[in-house]
Amino acid sequence: MSNEFRLADGGRIDRDRPVRFDFEGQQLQGYAGDTLASALLANGVHRVATSNKYGRPRGIMAAGAEEPNALVQVEAPFPEPMLPATTVEVRDGLQASGLPGKGRLATEEDPARYDTMHTHCDVLVVGAGPAGLAAALSAARSGARVIVADADTEFGGSLLGSGQTLDGRAATDWVRRTTAELAEHPEVRLLPRTTVFGYYEDNYLVALEHRGDDASSRQRIWRMRAREVVLATGAHERPLVFSGNDRPGIMLAGSARTYVNRYAVLPGRRAVVFTTNDSAYAAAIDLHDAGVEIVAVVDAREVVSTYWASLCVERGIRIHASTGVVSTSGTDRITSAHLSSLGPEGNHPTSVRQVVTCDLLLVSGGWNPAVHLHSQARGSVRFAEDIGAFVPDGTDQAARSAGAVTGVLATGKCLTSGAEAGRDAARAAGFDAELARVPDSKHAPILAARHLWVVPGSGDSDGTTQFVDLARDATVADVRRAVAAGMDNVEHVKRYTTIGTAHDQGKTSGTLSTGVIAEVLGVGVGELGTTTFRAPYTPVTFAALAGRERGDLYDPVRVTAMHDWHVEQGALFENVGQWKRPWYYPHSGEDMETAVLRECYAVRSGVGMQDVSTLGKIDVQGPDAAEFLDLVYTNKMSTLKVGRIRYGLMCTADGMVFDDGTVTRTAEHRYLISTTSGGAANVLAHLEDWLQTEWTHLRVHLTSVTEHWATIALVGPESRQVLADVAPELDVDNDGFGFMTWQEGNVAGVHARVCRISFSGELAFEINVPWWYGREVWEVLMAGGRPYGITPYGTETMHVLRAEKGFPIVGQDTDGTITPHDLGMSWAVSKKKDDFLGKRSFSRPDTARTDRKHLVGLLPEDTNLVLPEGAQIVEQPELGEPPVPMLGHVTSSYRSAVLGSGFALAVVKGGRDRVGETLYSPVGDRPVPVTVTEPVFYDKEGARRDG
Amino acid sequence: MAPRTPGADLPEHPTWLWHSPDPKSSYDVVIVGGGGHGLATAYYLAVNHGITNMAVLEKGWLAGGNMARNTAIIRSNYLWDESAGLYEHALKLWEGLEEELDYPLLFSQRGVLNLAHSLQEKRDSVRRVEANRLNGVDAEWLDPQQVAEICPILNTSEDLRYPVLGATWQPRAGIAKHDHVAWGFARALDRMGVDLVQGCEVTGFERVGDRVVGVETTRGPIRAGKVAMAAAGRTSVLTDTLGLRLPIQSHPLQALVSELLEPVHPTVVMSNSVHVYVSQAHKGELVLGAGIDSYNSYSQRGAFHTIEREMAAAVELFPMFARAHVLRTWGGVVDVTPDASAIMGMTPFENLYVNCGWGTGGFKATPGVGWCFAHTVAHDEPHPLNAPFSLERFTTGALVDEHGAAGVAH
Amino acid sequence: MLLIHCPWCGARDEAEFRYGGQAHVDRPPDPNAVDDREWGEYLFVRDNPRGRFSERWVHSAGCRRWFDVVRDTATNEMSAEVPSRSGRR
Repeated sequence: MSNEFRLADGGRIDRDRPVRFDFEGQQLQGYAGDTLASALLANGVHRVATSNKYGRPRGIMAAGAEEPNALVQVEAPFPEPMLPATTVEVRDGLQASGLPGKGRLATEEDPARYDTMHTHCDVLVVGAGPAGLAAALSAARSGARVIVADADTEFGGSLLGSGQTLDGRAATDWVRRTTAELAEHPEVRLLPRTTVFGYYEDNYLVALEHRGDDASSRQRIWRMRAREVVLATGAHERPLVFSGNDRPGIMLAGSARTYVNRYAVLPGRRAVVFTTNDSAYAAAIDLHDAGVEIVAVVDAREVVSTYWASLCVERGIRIHASTGVVSTSGTDRITSAHLSSLGPEGNHPTSVRQVVTCDLLLVSGGWNPAVHLHSQARGSVRFAEDIGAFVPDGTDQAARSAGAVTGVLATGKCLTSGAEAGRDAARAAGFDAELARVPDSKHAPILAARHLWVVPGSGDSDGTTQFVDLARDATVADVRRAVAAGMDNVEHVKRYTTIGTAHDQGKTSGTLSTGVIAEVLGVGVGELGTTTFRAPYTPVTFAALAGRERGDLYDPVRVTAMHDWHVEQGALFENVGQWKRPWYYPHSGEDMETAVLRECYAVRSGVGMQDVSTLGKIDVQGPDAAEFLDLVYTNKMSTLKVGRIRYGLMCTADGMVFDDGTVTRTAEHRYLISTTSGGAANVLAHLEDWLQTEWTHLRVHLTSVTEHWATIALVGPESRQVLADVAPELDVDNDGFGFMTWQEGNVAGVHARVCRISFSGELAFEINVPWWYGREVWEVLMAGGRPYGITPYGTETMHVLRAEKGFPIVGQDTDGTITPHDLGMSWAVSKKKDDFLGKRSFSRPDTARTDRKHLVGLLPEDTNLVLPEGAQIVEQPELGEPPVPMLGHVTSSYRSAVLGSGFALAVVKGGRDRVGETLYSPVGDRPVPVTVTEPVFYDKEGARRDG
Repeated sequence: MAPRTPGADLPEHPTWLWHSPDPKSSYDVVIVGGGGHGLATAYYLAVNHGITNMAVLEKGWLAGGNMARNTAIIRSNYLWDESAGLYEHALKLWEGLEEELDYPLLFSQRGVLNLAHSLQEKRDSVRRVEANRLNGVDAEWLDPQQVAEICPILNTSEDLRYPVLGATWQPRAGIAKHDHVAWGFARALDRMGVDLVQGCEVTGFERVGDRVVGVETTRGPIRAGKVAMAAAGRTSVLTDTLGLRLPIQSHPLQALVSELLEPVHPTVVMSNSVHVYVSQAHKGELVLGAGIDSYNSYSQRGAFHTIEREMAAAVELFPMFARAHVLRTWGGVVDVTPDASAIMGMTPFENLYVNCGWGTGGFKATPGVGWCFAHTVAHDEPHPLNAPFSLERFTTGALVDEHGAAGVAH
Repeated sequence: MLLIHCPWCGARDEAEFRYGGQAHVDRPPDPNAVDDREWGEYLFVRDNPRGRFSERWVHSAGCRRWFDVVRDTATNEMSAEVPSRSGRR
C-alpha cells in the first residue's frame, strides 16, 4: 500500500520530493510538506497508538497541536519522546512508533545546539491565519516593527486547509501575496515554525522556533518584549462525547478537511459526519467533492441550515436532523456508527434507530477559542453562549485578540477583526496606521449551534466508554464518580479524573469537560469557569529552555592573570564562587596530603607563593570614606593612618559575621578594602545599599577594582630576601617596612603596591601589580625565589597555615550564626564607636549569652587522626539514644607539618570555658576523645611575623 | 514499606470524600485555611484532643493553594536540632499515615540525595549528616561513585562546571501524592463530623479586647472558641487586620512537570548550587522545582527566566533530560521568614494561634505540623517540638537559621 | 520577566536588577535607644501587603543605583519609580 489514499493532485505537499520513513517497522512513503499524521493517513494507517490507561486502539483525531491521541516516539534521526504525529514533519529516515501515553528518554546525549534570541517589537502578531495576516498587514504598512509568529511550517492557518476562495481566487494565493508583502517590509520579521508558548507581565512573550535537526541550532527560544500584542491564535474544534467516541477513524471534521485540502489525503472512503453546528458541513462537502462517500450528516439540531442543506442535496448527501451518533463499532478502526434520534434539551436515551457502516466518522461539537495566551497573561474569559465556549473578556496587557479566538468563526469577520486589531495595535504603539483592505470572502449564514456536552448513550448508561479526555482515558463515568464523591469544583474533578493534565493540556477536552461536569452537577457552564491556563502552550524541550547555559557556559568561569601558569604546573583547582583557584600543586606521585604537607613545610621553613588575585578589592573614596567605614566595619577605621593597614570585620545588621579582609588607607580620603574571594560581589552590594539608601549624606564612592590588580602573596622566612632581589629599590627591612604597612615601588620592573600582611603568621608580602603584568611578575618572583626553594602553594595549604594560627575563614568557620565575639575576636569590635552595623544586635538576650558557641582548637588524643570537617562534638563517650545533645562541630581540620599531628578548629558551646577539657567527636560510629585548646596552635607569641 | 516503582498501577480514589456544608454560626475551633496544614491540624485536634465541633474554612477549593502546587518531596534531614526534631516527627507520622487514613497516599520512600558541588558544601553536608545521625535521622555522606550507584542518570563526571563532589543520602525520604494526602485528611474529618467549608474566605477577626472570639467571612461572621491560622500565602493579609505584623514575606515559587515517561529516575535529587530538585512521580512525569522568585508577590506566577535557569541546571545534572518536554509550569505563594524556619505558636492575641512561614518546606512537615499545632491550640501552649519556632525568637535573636548550612532550604 | 524602569537607565529586564524589599524603613537614629522588641522588628519585620507596595530595587547589572517603585503585589504592575531617598531595612 503506497499512498493509496493520496489524491492524484492538489494539496500543498511537494510531489517532487518523496520521502521514505519507518513507522513501527513498516517502510512508508510520504512527501515533503507532509506531517507524519498526513503521511500515515495517505497510507491508510489510522491506528497510531494505544491509550494510556485501558490500552484501547487510538488513531489520528486532529491535524495540529491539539491532537489528543496520536502520540509517537521518534527514534531517528533525532530521538524525542512523545510528539503528536500531527506536528512531526516527515523526512527521509524518520523512524517513529506509537506510544501508549508514556514516552521514553533516549540514553544517548543530545548532541544538538539550542539558542536564545532576544528581540523587541512594536507589534507582535501571534498566529498567521486570516486574522493574524490581516493584522500584520495593517501594522506593517504603518512602518511599525512587526513580528509575526506561527507554529505551522507555513503561514495561512485555517486557510491552508479550508480550500476556500478570497477575492474569487484560492485563499492560499492571498496568503502567498500577503506573506510576500510582509517579507518586503524591512521592519517585519516572519517566524514560521515558531510557537509563542508563554505570555508574561509587561508584554514579555516567549516562543520556540523549530529550525530543523540539521540547522546550526536545532531550536531556539525567542524572548520577546512587545509594545503591543495581537493574539490571533484561532480555535480548536471540540469533539463530541458518545459511547465509543475514541476509535481510530473518528476525526474532527475541520481536521479531515485539512487533510483533504492541504495534504491531498482522503482520511476514509465512507464517512458519517456528526455535528452540532454548521462548520462540519463544509468538511462534508469538501470530502464528498474529493471522492469520499458521505453516508450521512447527523445533526443534533432540530433545524438545519438551508444553505448547507441545499449544498448537501445537490450532492445527494442525506441529513439526519435531531439525530446523534450514540455509539460506534469497530476494533482497530471504526466500522459503523449507531444513530439515534435526539429529543430537544433534556432528552432521554432512546434506542438505536439505525446502524450505518463507515470507515470514518467526522465530529464537530463546536469550536473552543484558543484563549491560552490571553489567559496566561491574566486576561479574563467569559462563557459565550452563542458558541458554547470561553472567549477573551478584557486584559490589562497592551494586547487585543482577533479572529477565531474571539469566537468569530466566519473567515470574512476574522479578516476584518484582524485588520482592525493590527491597525489599533500599531496606533497604540505610536504609528499612523490605516486599516488594510481585506479580501472578499463568501459568507454563509450561520445557524445557531446546539450545545451538546454528552450524547445520551443507549448501551452505556454508566458512561465508561464515553471519553471526555482521550489523552487521559477519562470518561463520563469518571466525572460522575468524582461528583458523587463530593466534588463540585472543576479543579477537584480535574485532579480526581486527571482530565486536562496530559501532553495536550486539554486543548480539545478542556471546555468539553467543564460542560460535562456542569451537566452532571446541574449548573451552568459559565458558573464553573475554566481551570487556569499556564505556560507552555505546547510542550517545550528542556534542552531548548536550557539553551547555551550548559557545560562550561552553565556559569561564567573567572580566572586570574596567572591561571595558565598554574595549569602548566599541573595545579588542581577549586571552584570558589565563579573563580578557579589553584587548590594544590601535586608533584608526580604525590597525593593531596603529601603535596599539602610539602607546601606547608616549604612556606614555614623557606618561602612560598600564592596567587591571591581573586580576593575582592574595593576602592573607597570620598571625604566621608572614614566615617562610612566606621559604620560598616566592627572596628575603627577612621583612626588608621595613611600608609597603614588594618584587619577589618564586617557584620550584618543582626550582628553576625558577614565578611572580613584588610583595610588599607591609601590617602586621607581613600581606602582600599579587601574581601573574601566568594564574597566580593555581595560586599560591594551591601556597602552600596547602605551608602545609597541609609547614609545618603555621606560623600563616598565605591569601585570594584578586583580585576585591576593581580595579587601575589610571597610568604615565609626567606620572602624578604626574594623580594629584595627582584625589587632592589624597595626598603624591605623590618624597620623601613613595618608589619601592617604598605609601600609603592618597582617589583620586577613593574610599578607595584606591596603590603606587609600575613595570613599564615610568617613574614609575608602581598604584591599588587596591574592585572596585565600578573603572570610576568609572578614568573620573575618564581625565578628569583628558585635559590631559596620557592614553592607555589594553593588554597589548601593557605587554609592549613592560617588554621595553625587560629585565623578563621568566613563561610567555613562561620555560618551566618556566629558573632565576632563567638570567634574570640572581641579585639576587632570597637567599644569606642557609638554605632556600627551589628553593634545593637550583640546585646539581644540570645546574642549576649556567654555560653554561645565559641571558636576553639581541638587536638585529637590520637595524634595521627584528622577529624572529618563537619564532625559533631559531644560531651560523653557514650552516645546513648538519639537525640544526642551536641555541643558544636568541627569547622576546619588538617594534618599539620609543623605540629606533626592532626588538629582542628571547632565551634563549641561555651568553648572558651572548656579549654583543657576532653570532649568527644563521633567519627564513624566511634566517639573519639579530643582536647579543647585555644585556637592558636603555632607561634602563639607571633615571633615569626617579622622574619 | 517497600518503595513503589514509578508508573506502577495507581489506585482509584474512594467513591466518597466529603460533604460541602454551609458554615454554622459558631464552633469550638475554627481553622483558617483548608490546605494540608489546616486539614492535618483539624485531624489531630479531633483524633488526639477530641475536638470535633470545628470548621475548616477555605477561601477557594480544598487544598487548592500550595498543597496543590508543590513538588511533594518529603525528608527530615535538616541541620538544626529544632528543625530535625519537627521534620523527623513528621516523617515518622508519614510512615504510618496511609494506614491511619486508609487512603493510598502513594508515599514512596525512595530516598533523597542532596548534592554538594564545592568543598564548603561538602563540609556543610558532612556536618548535617553527622548532626542528623545524632538526632536519629537516617543520613549518610556518599562519594560521587556511591551517588552514581544510587542515581545512574546523574552526571557525576568531573567535567561538569560544578562537579558533584558527593551527596547526603536519606533513604527514608521520598515523595507522596499531594492531593491524596489532603483528600485523605479531608475524608477522615468529614467522617468525624468536622465541617469543611469551601468558598468561605476569612476577611477579619472578631475581637473583645485582645481576645479573638470569631472570624468575619464572606459567608458571614462565625464565632469561635479558638482560631488557628494555617493560611499560607494569605497570612499577612489576615494578621494585618489585627495590626499584628509578622516577619514573613510572600514570594512566588514555581514548579513544572514533563510528559509521562518510562521510569528513569529512581530517587529524589536536590542541588543548591546547580539549583534544581527533581523526582519522577508515580505516573511517570518528572517533577521539578528550584528557587523562589526574588520579589514579593501574591500573583501565583513567577518569572520565566527562573524556569529557564532551572532547566539549565536540570540538563547539566541529568543530560538525559535534554529531550524531555515541559508540559506545564505553575506558581504558588510561599511565606518566607528571615531564618528560613517556620513560625508556629501563640500570638499576642488570646485564642489566636498562628502557623506560617514554611517557605518551601511546608508539604513535608504536614502531619508534624498538624500534630504540634493541634497540641498548641488544644493546650494553649506550644508542643515542645514547636516551642523553638515562636515569634519571640526574632526579638531574642535565637533564630533557627536553616539558610546557610542546611544544604538545601527546601 | 518584569519590565523595570530604572530612573537613570530607562526600562530594562528584571534580570538586570536585584530586589531590596520594602522601601522607607528607617534605621532607628540611635539603635541603642530602642528596646529589643523594636530592634527585632526593625531587623526582621517588613510589610507584606497584597496590593500596592513601596519597594526597593537596585540596577545591579547596570548603573548599580538603588531606587524605589510602587508595585501591586497582586498583579505585579509597577508605577512611580523614584531614586531611593532614605530608609532601607
